[in-house]
Amino acid sequence: MTGLQLFWFIIVGVLFSGFFFLEGFDYGVGMSAITIAKDKREIEQTIGSIGPVWDLNEVWLLTAGGAMFASFPYWYASLFSGFYLILFLILVGLILRGVTFEFRHHSHSEKGKMLWTRILGISSFAIPFLFGLMFTSMIQGVPMDARGNVSATFTSYVNLLSVVGGVAVLLLAWLHGLNYLALKTEGELRERAARTANKLYFVLYAGEVVFAVLLAIFTDFLEKHFWGTLILLAAIVILTVFAHLSVRAKKEMSAFLASGLTFVALVALIFQGIFPRVMIATNPAHSILIKNASSTGYTLTTMTWITLIILPFVLIYMGWTYFIFRKRIKK
Amino acid sequence: MPSIEFLARFQFAMTTIFHFFFVPLSVGMVFMTALMETVYVVTGDEKWKKRTKFFGSIMLLSFAVGVVTGIIQEFQFGMNWSEYSRYVGDIFGAPLAVEALLAFFLESTFLGIWMFGWDKLGKKLHNATLWITFVGTFLSSLWILAANSWMQNPVGYEVKGGRATLTSFSALITNPQTILEFSHVTTGFLLTGGFITAGIAAYQLLKNREVDMFKPVLRLGLLVALIGSLGNFVAGDQQMLEVQRTQPMKFAATEGVYETTPSPAAWDMVAFFNESEHTEVFGIRIPYMLSILTYHRPSGSVEGMNEINAKLQKQFPEAAKEVNGNFFPPVTVLFWTFRIMAGLSMLMILLSALGLFWTRKKRPILYENRFGLQVYRWFLFSPFLAITSGWLVTELGRYPWTVYGLFTIRDSVSPNVSAGSLLFSNAVYFLLFCFLGGVMIYFTIQRMKQGVEGAETAYVSLDPFNQEVLDTKQEETEKSVDDVKKGAEE
Repeated sequence: MTGLQLFWFIIVGVLFSGFFFLEGFDYGVGMSAITIAKDKREIEQTIGSIGPVWDLNEVWLLTAGGAMFASFPYWYASLFSGFYLILFLILVGLILRGVTFEFRHHSHSEKGKMLWTRILGISSFAIPFLFGLMFTSMIQGVPMDARGNVSATFTSYVNLLSVVGGVAVLLLAWLHGLNYLALKTEGELRERAARTANKLYFVLYAGEVVFAVLLAIFTDFLEKHFWGTLILLAAIVILTVFAHLSVRAKKEMSAFLASGLTFVALVALIFQGIFPRVMIATNPAHSILIKNASSTGYTLTTMTWITLIILPFVLIYMGWTYFIFRKRIKK
Repeated sequence: MPSIEFLARFQFAMTTIFHFFFVPLSVGMVFMTALMETVYVVTGDEKWKKRTKFFGSIMLLSFAVGVVTGIIQEFQFGMNWSEYSRYVGDIFGAPLAVEALLAFFLESTFLGIWMFGWDKLGKKLHNATLWITFVGTFLSSLWILAANSWMQNPVGYEVKGGRATLTSFSALITNPQTILEFSHVTTGFLLTGGFITAGIAAYQLLKNREVDMFKPVLRLGLLVALIGSLGNFVAGDQQMLEVQRTQPMKFAATEGVYETTPSPAAWDMVAFFNESEHTEVFGIRIPYMLSILTYHRPSGSVEGMNEINAKLQKQFPEAAKEVNGNFFPPVTVLFWTFRIMAGLSMLMILLSALGLFWTRKKRPILYENRFGLQVYRWFLFSPFLAITSGWLVTELGRYPWTVYGLFTIRDSVSPNVSAGSLLFSNAVYFLLFCFLGGVMIYFTIQRMKQGVEGAETAYVSLDPFNQEVLDTKQEETEKSVDDVKKGAEE
C-alpha cells in the first residue's frame, strides 16, 4: 500500500464523516418536523432552520461517491452493485426528500403542504436507517467472488447487527437534529427539542451497548484491531455522554458538536475496522484490499492536487453560508 | 424476462433523458433569472425585481427536480455498470469527483444563499451569488461532458493490467470532443432558457395576464434564444465535422448512407430503411446537398456504413465476434432524430429572429397577434425535443461501444445484479419520474396563474428569516381565527 492510497482511503472516510456530520442533522430536523413540531408555524420553523443549507450538506454524499469512484473504482463497483436494492431505496428516498423543500413552498393548500412535510419526515427516517443498514452489513463480510462481484442474499443485508446499526444511525441523526434545533431556533420548539433529546439519549445508550456487543460477535474488528476498535467505541460512548450532559446544561453548541463528532467517530470506527481492506468477503481470500482496489498513482496524484487546491475555497464559502444564516429562527 | 443488458441500457436512457429535461431548463432559467436581476440592479426598476422572483421560482422548481434526478446518474455507474466502472474508473471517476468538488458545492451553496439571502445581502452581492451559481452549472457541464467525451473519443490513456489507465490529465481536459460538446450543449442551455422564457411570456400575453409585465420579457427571451440558437447551430455543425472524422459509422447512420456515395453526394431529406437487409427502402434526395453539408463545398463523397462495417470488423475482431460482425447502430432512429434536432435548430433561429423583428419598438405587431403568440407558446417545448434527439444521436450512435473502440456495452454491465432487481428499479423510477414531472408541471401552471404579483408575495414567504412576513402571517392567522370565532358567535 502506498502513502497516496492510504491518503485517499482517509479522504473517502473524511467525506463520509462530513456527510453524516452535516446532512445527519438535516435528517434529524426532517424527523422532528413530523414528530415534535406541534403546529404549522413550528413546522415552518423546523424546516426553515435547514432551508439554506441542506442542499450543500447533501453534496458531501455526491462528493464522497465521486471520490470513491475516482480513487477506488473496485470498491465503488463492488459496493454499489452488491448493495443494489438498499442503495436504490436510498436514492428513491433522497429524490423524494430533495423535492419536498421546493414542492412544499409551492403548495398552497394546507393539505398539500402536509403531504410534502410527511414525505420529508418519512424519508428523513428512512435514509439514515438504510445507510446504517448498508454500512453495518458491509463490515460483516459478504459473499463475493474473486472478481469482487457480491452475490448477497436478503439476510446478508438484513440481520441482527445491520438492523441495530440502522437504528443506531437513525437515533444518532435524530439526536443530532434535535441538538441543531435547540441551537438554531427560539421559543417553545427550542425547549422541546432539548427535552426530547434528553429522553432519547437513554435509548441511544442502550442501542450503543447492544451495537458494541454485536460488533464484537459479528465482525472481526476486535480480532484485527483490538485497541483501535476499543478506543473508538469508547470515544463514541464518551461523546454521547458529553453531548447528553451538554443538553442538560443547555450548552447547545457543545451538544451539537459532540453529536456531530459521534458520527465522525462512528465512520472512523468502520474505516479503521475494515482496514487494510475496503470490502470484506466471507472468503477472506476474496476480500478487496486498499492496495489493489485503487486507481493508479498518476490519477491519485492528480486528484490530490485538485483537491488540495479547491477544498479550502469550498470550506470558506460553506462557512460563509453558515455565517450569513447564523441567526436563530423565530416562530 | 428481458436481459440485464437491455434493462440496464433502458434504465440509463430513461434516467438520463429525464434528468436532461431539467438540466437545460434549470441552467437556462438560472441565466435568464440572473439576467433579469442584473437589469433590476442596474436600472433599479422594481418591475424587474418582480420578474426575477417570478422566473426565479420556476427556475428553483426545475433545479430541485434536476438535482435529485442527477443523484441517480452518479450512483448508476457503480450499481448497473460495475464492470465498466472497474475498467475505466481510473479515468472516468476523476471528472465526476472534480465535478462534485468544483461545481456541485458551488451551485448548491450559492443557490441556497440566493434563495434565502434577499434581505441578508446587498443588491449587487445578491445578484452575484446567482451568477456564481450559473458559473457552477457551466463548470458542472464541462466536467460531465469531459467524461462523456472521453467515452466518445478516448484520449490520454493506456490499457494496463486489464483496465484503462490515465496517462495524461491534460489530454483528458483538452480533448477536442470536450470543447465541441461543451459549446454545443451550453449554447443549447441558453436557447432553452430563451425559448422557455419567451414561451411563458407568450402564454401570459395570450391569457391577458399582466400584459405590460410580460412584453419586455418576451423580447428578452427571444434575444437570448437567437444568440443561443445561432451559437448552437455553429457548434453543432463543427461537432458533426468531428464526428465524421472520429466516428464515421455514427455520421453515416445519421445521413442514412449505406453504400459509399459518389462525389458530389446527394442528401436524403426523407428516407426509410430496411435495417436487417442494410438497405434504404425509399428516399427523397437533393443533389449536391450532402457534400455541401458535410464538407461545405459542392463535392466530396461520404463513406457508407457497409464499407465502414467491413473496416470495423477487421479493426476490432474481438468486438466483432460479440456483435456477430454487425456494427450497425439503429439507423432509422439516428436518421430521424438527427433530422428532428437539425430541423428544429434552424426553425428556432428563424423564429427567434422573426420574433425580435416583430417586437421592435416601431411596429411591435407580435404582442397583439394571437396566432404568433400561440406559435411561441408551443415552441416552448422544442428545445427539449431537439436536445433529447441530440443525445439519442450521440449515445445510440456509439453502438456497440461504451468507450468508442475500446470497451463494449455488453462487457460493461454488472453481472451480479439480477434482472428482477433491474426490472423493479426501472418500474419505480418510471413511476417516480411521471409523478415528479406531473407535480412540476402542475406547480408551474399554478405559478403562471398567480402571475408576477402573486409570485412576489408567495415567494418572499419562502424566507424563514424574514420577520416582516412572519409577522404578517401571524396577523393573518390571528385574523382568520377571529373570523372563525365571530362566525361561531353569530
